[in-house]
Formats: sequence, structure tokens, C-alpha cells
Amino acid sequence: MPRWGMVIDLDKCNGCQACEVACRSENNIAVGGPQAAGESRTISWMRVQTEVEGEWPNLRARFVPQPCMHCDRPPCTLVCPVQATSRDSEGIISQIYARCIGCRYCANACPYTVKYFNWRRPSYPGSTVAGLNPDVSLRPVGVIEKCTFCHHRLQKARDVARAEKRPLREADYVPACSESCPTGAIVFGDLDDPDHRVAQLARDPRAFRLHEDLGTQPKVYYLAEQD
Amino acid sequence: MTDLEIVSRLPQDERVLLMPLVRTTKTFWRWAAVMAAISLWGLFAYAYQLRNGLGATGLNTPEYWGIYIICFVFFIGISHAGTLISAILRVANAEWRRSITRSAEFITVLVIGFGAIQPVLDLGRPDRVLNVMLHSQPFSPLLWDVMSIGLYFTASSVYLYVPMIPDLARIRDLGLRPRLLYWFLAIGYHDTPAARHTLERLISVLAVAVIPIAVSVHTVIGWIFALTLRPMWHSAIFGPYFVIGAIFSGIAALIIAMAILRRVYRLEAYFKDIHFNHMGLLLLVMSILWFYFTFAEHLTVWYGGEEAELATLYSKLYGAFWFPFWLMFATCFVIPFGLMARAKTRNVPGTVIASVAVVIGMWLERFNIVVPTSLHPRGEVAIAHYWPSWVELSIMAGTFAGFVLVYMIATKFFPIVSIWEIKEGREKSIEEVTERVSEYLPDDLEAVAL
Ligand code: SF4
Ligand code: SF4
Repeated sequence: MPRWGMVIDLDKCNGCQACEVACRSENNIAVGGPQAAGESRTISWMRVQTEVEGEWPNLRARFVPQPCMHCDRPPCTLVCPVQATSRDSEGIISQIYARCIGCRYCANACPYTVKYFNWRRPSYPGSTVAGLNPDVSLRPVGVIEKCTFCHHRLQKARDVARAEKRPLREADYVPACSESCPTGAIVFGDLDDPDHRVAQLARDPRAFRLHEDLGTQPKVYYLAEQD
Repeated sequence: MTDLEIVSRLPQDERVLLMPLVRTTKTFWRWAAVMAAISLWGLFAYAYQLRNGLGATGLNTPEYWGIYIICFVFFIGISHAGTLISAILRVANAEWRRSITRSAEFITVLVIGFGAIQPVLDLGRPDRVLNVMLHSQPFSPLLWDVMSIGLYFTASSVYLYVPMIPDLARIRDLGLRPRLLYWFLAIGYHDTPAARHTLERLISVLAVAVIPIAVSVHTVIGWIFALTLRPMWHSAIFGPYFVIGAIFSGIAALIIAMAILRRVYRLEAYFKDIHFNHMGLLLLVMSILWFYFTFAEHLTVWYGGEEAELATLYSKLYGAFWFPFWLMFATCFVIPFGLMARAKTRNVPGTVIASVAVVIGMWLERFNIVVPTSLHPRGEVAIAHYWPSWVELSIMAGTFAGFVLVYMIATKFFPIVSIWEIKEGREKSIEEVTERVSEYLPDDLEAVAL
């Protein structure tokens, strides 16, 4: 059984936000526009956080792309009263949009603030409608959504592999963010398969995870910058 | 004979206590109209929110919870007035309880409903609320809450109703209108010594049963916060802290209700100064306990010195939330303690002022728990703020008014002071208490054969 995970090399990330854009169009994320931004209600499953350190002129910017960490011990699933969010057997934290009652308890329980609520009916400007991804369902108003590691791509890749009567290969399943990253900072794969690059990188001495001390056991690793 | 004539001819207790059922003043109608108007406005605001989604509120990321959850904790807290206080006083055989238990129990039962709807108002998908039953996830504290509040509502309704049966039977026998209602509710009770004995046995069992249920309710509400990893929510003290806070605000609400009832229904003879004095003493004890818990909680956070916890703590002590925080401190501790510690100010105006302060303060306490932590997540997110929208404020006003309205209506159908318990007090208690006290006294050594 694979255990899907991600390694993000902070040395390679240059803050271009291609992953954010790729995620948006891959996952049909609604366009909130300036209104949502002003109200702090923007949805962005992948978010490139900028951290500035030091004092001028010795500044140092650091970019930390943050998707859902797909915790192995997720605090968000335990609190959901209707099991609309849960960890599947391969470690992906799923959301059932049709069941969620919109209590936002999971959003409060997530220490990474990566669960997004649909405060308003999601809107898609006319020009974007033709580009919507038919593999990803649109969310209704009033439910929580978040990064799914592009789970639909896994399903597709499995189907293809099955049709071709061969096992799933590392390159078959790659989320949109990883695929679009021009510097190759985002590596994705099976953390338990020693042949996968993520499994090797996750053991790199530079590897760390966000808020490791909380015991959430995230499956998104970062590689610290080298000076 | 009209109902009014029937009641006017009764002896004092029954006459005074049944009068509100048969005579309604203009002032009553005026207030009822005001309350109904505010409630309707609240309903309208909710309809607006249903149409537009939660976007109509001032909530955002990361301020996922706001006024509704604050009011939820607040109202369920108020509901601890009744049952818990009345049950404790009953179990403790406190004789002065007789005239105040009924009004307290009514607060409980009527306010639970208004508290319980708050989380539903807060749902993004209220149309799916039944999923909580259909797809229950037993580890969610929210589910525990649904169960404990359901149980609490049932138990406290029974606990309100059973001690009311003799009064209902009396009203039925007097033939007051609506006759069918009283005939139905009195379930054929006749006040024989045997029936009375069974009833009292039942009441004492209920009084004991209702206490752990009430404690569990607010404990679980505290756990909703405490079982997350959020700074200043993740605290083992929250269960008991919420319970004492609930009792504190419950006592305050009861004092306010008693003062109003005493004035509008001329019940000075029943809600006496001594009752306010005793309730004031309870308030004093609770304000000290509140201080103790609050101090312990904040000291622990400060001493631990964890970065995320400190950010939240400092925002309360001298950051963005200094005003609600210190106002809470004044209204929950300084004012009630200052007034209630002195016998001179433990009179009706004194206790009422202290109680109003406490009710405001306990609302603010919940605000100070919900909002600062929400706005200080561990992860870096754009700094947001929270201003409740007109929709949230209207719904809150509507809920308050709705509660006052149903309470007013309840006083028009049910005696708000237990008639039979007062009578029993006059007839039996004096003797019983004398006997009880003499039991406590040391035995006369010469009379006891050694
Ligand atoms: S918002 Fe939806 S997914 Fe999150 S806890 Fe509530 S019901 Fe579950
Ligand atoms: S990062 Fe947050 S949303 Fe994702 S699994 Fe962990 S707790 Fe849940």
C-alpha cells in the first residue's frame, strides 16, 4: 500500500507561484476576486507563503509553498461530526463535499490553516468556464475544501495502468503543482517505496516538517535552505 | 364567574401567584410587542443569511467561528441557572429555595432551545443538519454535544414539569382557562398524601440525576475548544472552567429575572431581600472561583512561554483585544466582588447591578475565548480582523428578544412561583427544620444512658 507524500525543496523554490496557478485551474477553484481578498476569504489550496527575515538591507526572503500536509495523524478528521473528511488507506485526506455540513470545526482543528470554506456561492467568470476540469467536482456554497493531492489523477493513472496491464509507475501520478514547478522544487511519490525520489529526499538531513512537535505527522516534507 | 373573579377570591398565596395567569396589563402587551418585533427582525436576518450563505456574516479565514458560537456557549451557560441551582438547593435542603426554583427551571428549559439553535445558525449547510444523525462520527466532540444537550433538555423539561404537577392540578380544579391545557398537563393528579409522597420521591431522584447531566453539558462545550491543538484552547482546565462560568452566568440571569418578576407581578413577599442576599452570596463565591480559574489558566499559558500561546495571550492583555479582556475582568470580578462582598450592597439594586455586569462579562469571556485564538493560528496567514455583520448582530438581538418573549408568555400560563411548595413550607418546614437543627446539637449527656 503506497503512502503518498511530497517533498518541497526550499532552495529551489523561487516564489513564482506557478504551483498556485496550476492548482487553481486543475481543481476548479472558484475565482473570488478582489472582494474575497478584501474579506480574507480567498481560496487557494496551494499557498506560497513569504517569510522575510532580517533587517534592511540584509533581508532574506523565503518562500514556503503550503498545501494540505496530509497528516498521518490528522487533527482535522477526528473532530468532523459527519465523517466528511477522513484519511484513506493510502494516506490522502479526503473531503466529501456532498456530506459536509459546513460547521468549520475541521478548519479550526487544522494547525496549518489550509482548509478553506466556501463563504459565498463559488463563481466562475465566463471566460474560465470552458477551461473547467471535468474530472474535479465543483463545490457548492457552505462546504469546506482543501488540497487532495490531485486524487483524481491517481484514479486516472490507476485506470491506465490497469488497462495496460502494468503496475503503477512513479511518473504516472504527479499532482498539478509538482508538474508545473519550473525549478522542480516539488517532488511527489510514495514515501514507503525506497525507489521513489520522495522516499529518498524525505530522509535527507535537510528534511523537516512544519510544526513537527504537534505530533500531526505531516506527509509534506521541506528541504531546508543551505547557506 | 370569570377567571379573574375566581382568583381574586382565593387566599393570599394562590391569589397573588395565580394573578398573572388571569390578568394581563398593557405594559405586558407593550413589551411583548417590542420583543416580538425584534425577534421577527432576527428571523428576517436569518432568512437573508439562508439566501446568501454565510458570506452575509463578518466571518473569514481564519476567523471561522464568531457571534453564533459565542452565543451558543453563552446561552447554554445561562441555562445552568435553573436546573443546576435549583437542583443543588433542593438536594442541600436549602429552605429558602422554595420561591425561586420554578423561575430558575423555566429559564433553563426555555433558554436551551435558543442556545441549541446557535450552532445550526452557524452551519454552512443547515439543510444537511440531519447528517449528524445519519453519518455520525462518534469521535467528534460536536456529536457528544448534540447528545448531551438533547439529554439535558429532556431531563430539565421533566425536572420543570414534575414539580409543577400539583399546581397544574390545582389550576385545573379551579377551572381556569384554557381548561383543556391544564386538564391535559395535570395528568389526573390528585393531591392525596400518597400521591404527594410519590411525587416528592420522584423530584428528589430527578434533582440528583440532573446535576451530572448539567455538568456534562458545559464540560463537553469546553471540550469542543480544548480538544483542538489551538493556542489557548488546548487546555485541560476548560471543562471545569466552562462549568463554573455557566453557573456564574446562570445565577446572574436568575437574579435579574427575579428582580423583574418581583416588580412587574408584585411578588415582593415571595422574592424577598433575603433571597437576593443569599443569591448575592452565591454570586460572590462564583466570582471568586471565576477569578481563580481565570488566573490559573492565564498564568499557565504565560509561564509555559510557548510562542503561539503567548501571541494569543498578549493580544488579550495589551494587544488588539485589551478592551474586551479588561472589561471582562471588571465585569466578571471587580464589580460583582466589590458589590457582593459587602452586606450593605447585597440588596436588590446591588445584586441586580452585579448580575447585569456578570451577564455582560460572561458574554465577553466567550468572545475572548473564541476570537483571539481564531485570529492567531499557528501558520502564517494574512492578518485578518473580525467585525460581526448586521446579520449576525440582528440574529443575536432576535435570540435575546425571543427568549424574553417566551419567558414572558410562560409566566402567563404557569405560576412562576411554586404554590404548593410555598404552602408546604408554611405548613411543614418550620417544624422539620426545628427538628433537624435539634438533631445537629450535642446530645444531653445525662439523658443518654452511657
Ligand atoms: S466543515 Fe464539513 S468537513 Fe469540516 S468538520 Fe464540519 S462537516 Fe466535517
Ligand atoms: S494539514 Fe490540516 S487539513 Fe491537512 S490533514 Fe493536516 S490537519 Fe488536516
